[in-house]
Amino acid sequence: MPGLRDLIFVGVVGGGVVALAAHLWPPPPNQPATSYDAASYTNADFRESVQRVDASFEERWQSAQVRPTRDAADLLIARRLALGLMGTVPSVEEIRQFEALPADQRLAWWLDRILQDQRFASYFAERLARAMVGTEQGPFLLFRRRRFVTWLEEQIAQDRPYDQIVRELIAGTGLWTDHPATNFISVTAQPDKNNQPHPIRLAGRVTRAFLGLRLDCAECHHHPFAEWKQSDFQGFAAFFAQTHIGFKGVYDGPGKFEVEDKKTGGVKVVDPAVPFAKELLPQQGSRRQQLAMWVTHPQNPYFAKAIVNRVWAVMTGRPLVEPVDNLEAQGGEAHPALAVLAEDFARHGFDLRRLIRIIASCRVFRLDSAGDPEPGEAEDLNWAVFPMTRLRPEQVAGSILQAASLSTINAQSHILLRLARFGQENEFVTRYGDFGEDEFDGRGGTIPQRLLMMNGKLVRERVAAEILNSVGRIAWMAPDHPKAVETAFLATLTRRPTPQEADHFTAVLANQTQRRGQHMEDLFWALVNSAEFSWNH
Amino acid sequence: MDHEFPSRRRFLRLSGLAGASWLTPVGEYLALAAERRGKTSEPAQSVIILWLQGGPSQLETFDPHPGTRIAGDTKAIRTSVPGIQLAEGLERLAEQMQDVSLIRSMISKEGDHERGTYTLKTGFRPDPTVVHPAIGAIICHQLPVGSTEVPRHISILPNAWPPRGGYLGDRFDAFLMGDPAGPVPDTQSLTSRERDQARMNYLHLLDTTFAASRQRRLEKTLHRETIAAARRMMTSEQLKAFDVSLEPVSVRAEYGDTPFGRGCLAARRLIEVGVRCVEVNLDGWDTHINNHELTRDRVRILDPAFASLLKDLRSRGLLEKTLVMCLGEFGRTPTINPAGGRDHWPTGFSVALAGGGIRGGQVIGATDPEGRPNPADPVQVGDLHATVLTALGISPSTVHQTPIGRTVRFAEGKAIPQLLHDPG
Repeated sequence: MPGLRDLIFVGVVGGGVVALAAHLWPPPPNQPATSYDAASYTNADFRESVQRVDASFEERWQSAQVRPTRDAADLLIARRLALGLMGTVPSVEEIRQFEALPADQRLAWWLDRILQDQRFASYFAERLARAMVGTEQGPFLLFRRRRFVTWLEEQIAQDRPYDQIVRELIAGTGLWTDHPATNFISVTAQPDKNNQPHPIRLAGRVTRAFLGLRLDCAECHHHPFAEWKQSDFQGFAAFFAQTHIGFKGVYDGPGKFEVEDKKTGGVKVVDPAVPFAKELLPQQGSRRQQLAMWVTHPQNPYFAKAIVNRVWAVMTGRPLVEPVDNLEAQGGEAHPALAVLAEDFARHGFDLRRLIRIIASCRVFRLDSAGDPEPGEAEDLNWAVFPMTRLRPEQVAGSILQAASLSTINAQSHILLRLARFGQENEFVTRYGDFGEDEFDGRGGTIPQRLLMMNGKLVRERVAAEILNSVGRIAWMAPDHPKAVETAFLATLTRRPTPQEADHFTAVLANQTQRRGQHMEDLFWALVNSAEFSWNH
Repeated sequence: MDHEFPSRRRFLRLSGLAGASWLTPVGEYLALAAERRGKTSEPAQSVIILWLQGGPSQLETFDPHPGTRIAGDTKAIRTSVPGIQLAEGLERLAEQMQDVSLIRSMISKEGDHERGTYTLKTGFRPDPTVVHPAIGAIICHQLPVGSTEVPRHISILPNAWPPRGGYLGDRFDAFLMGDPAGPVPDTQSLTSRERDQARMNYLHLLDTTFAASRQRRLEKTLHRETIAAARRMMTSEQLKAFDVSLEPVSVRAEYGDTPFGRGCLAARRLIEVGVRCVEVNLDGWDTHINNHELTRDRVRILDPAFASLLKDLRSRGLLEKTLVMCLGEFGRTPTINPAGGRDHWPTGFSVALAGGGIRGGQVIGATDPEGRPNPADPVQVGDLHATVLTALGISPSTVHQTPIGRTVRFAEGKAIPQLLHDPG
């Protein structure tokens, strides 16, 4: 006899299914979750800078006799922005909101939504931190990498100008726990020298990360191309000779920088000196404060260019000048767009968000990564086609996890979900192969990566047709086969299937030899194992 | 103008096919045939590189100066070759000395870890306009594939600067793997054969869409190539070569119960299935403080592994086909610093060579017992590379075009005749 409890049970289950289905089909009401600052994209000054960047590329195309390829689809550009700035593909939920907006507002709205998202501050901080303090855990007790990255994340979330951030890194004092910026100094602590900081390593770090110069190669020999001399590097290192580490943290005191005198065999004292633009060096302050002011001076010819090159590389996958931390590598002959972007960045108070908005708005960022006729090496070299680059391991892991969930995994997601994600991501990243700081090297894929993607635990768990995974939810909830196929493509590749793909996979799902859930698992497996999924394009 | 595009595309497609021909059955057959002939001249066919990252002290390994000020109490031991001494701690290697030759007068211009590593692994100093291939990449490029179904260039326990294909292409990069204590992870397919086949078909369809109008760029990703190689590995019997747990306990004990010891044992197993180059890494030689203690600890790991590897290769008849080299990015200062350490010293350090194509039991060059630079009979890094390539039957003066059109030789030095077996 069907009792009340059975009815309640049926009601609850049925209600749950209806609620879940309502959540997915049709999508939730498409009210954009955040507003965006339309004026920042339309004011004359912004438009002019974007046009100057575009013009610098167009000049190159003309002189190299290449033609730019076709424009990319909006969704593809949205995918690039999400991967570069948040380390993940957009969620189906986000795609639906994106598409509900008028076409001319979508990308600006999406970018501003990203810039307000905690995932941006956190991911961008990690990318910048690699250049600042490396990827290693560093000296025990004296270096707290996690604290450092969290601090940087806060600075980015609060929209702090980049020059201020860098000044605090170079000249900061105090304990690495409550003044996390000082980890920049303490990461070089030398256990064999009473934990004192290492002036040479610091000089190397500052020149590479903030000036895009490899002055440190001059430590052992004169530089083959640029004019740096060994004495230039020693003078630079001398700025850190009065920096000490004590029980109250990093502080400035007496000290001198001594090197071996090759002629006499004795020891000589080197005074602090900058290798160029000497007029920008202030007379007041500690040695580090003087250096910090000089490095971040709006007229320093390298400071803005170095970060522009890095942000460009984080967003597109390839720096304008390679390698990313050596602006002199090509004999100082940088792409003219670098100077245009750097000038705008310095003139607008080193505003990282403005820089990101300009890069995202310029034509190169919105070009397709393919074309007919197919772009060749010359098009590649001259940015007449968007670069195709291997995604970093955490971008692949982040994308697998996001693709396996139809709703957005962000700071608002359940804490357990985020914790699980963190652990799985870490294991995956190690196995996928993290080359540490050596980013943007344009390498091909590897066999261990393919083994991990085809047979590894993360993919196995995430493509399983279970109720918590998008695979299972689509398999059970999608009103028809074409809709199921489309959602699977959107969740993984951020695009709709081509007519040919749609026909093929619709027919597959209709085939009764196995359950729809199994077909969906197979389709999802293929989608995340495709080249398109693992490459930024 | 327009008519140029299709022809360029066709050219690229053709050259792309040419590049992939080593994968085809025909290519493999030709390679196999090439392998069968030419047994008379007997050049070596593979290389095992024992890479000592950090820059090992020559004085505490291959170039002791017992009783001198620079030795700092380090003793020397006799070896199976009269007149050649090694530092104490290398007792087991000393028994194999008849097959080992030492170069004690290596000279490099790079005293920085990253630059020195690049120089010793490629034979060239870092150059911002080109990335040179490591020895293993050149060998894989030059010698036939044979019936090998696993990656032919492997680095075990790699550090931050693994061997690369450089201008020969990323497909010649080393396959990186950790401690070979067990089977290679993720080599089991997740699903039934039928579904696996369906998945591969779907993948093919997706990649066809993606390849439309970006064929050239897709080829550069090596995506299809690595999937094909990974799947070949998954079904290959040769996969077992990676797993040293299949060796008897006594053999594993001989090599030493360490990741490096297991790496050396795996190297032998991999050479047996036709792998061309295995690099096995032992880190921790950067002894700026406490040199003697730290080096002794490293030598304790190196000695049994290196000696057992030579013995094992010999007893299996593989030593004459396998060149073994042991080196780091530079040596260490003869002067001991106030922290009891030795600092970087690229002028007068040691390299050990053994096995295939190398005449053993010799010493090339000599360092100064007072610790002055400029050793007798100096050997440039390029000479070392030329010697190794010659021992493998590869001409060091082979010229190759880099992607930007520069011509580069495989090695810029001259082979050392004294180290090589007479031809024929």
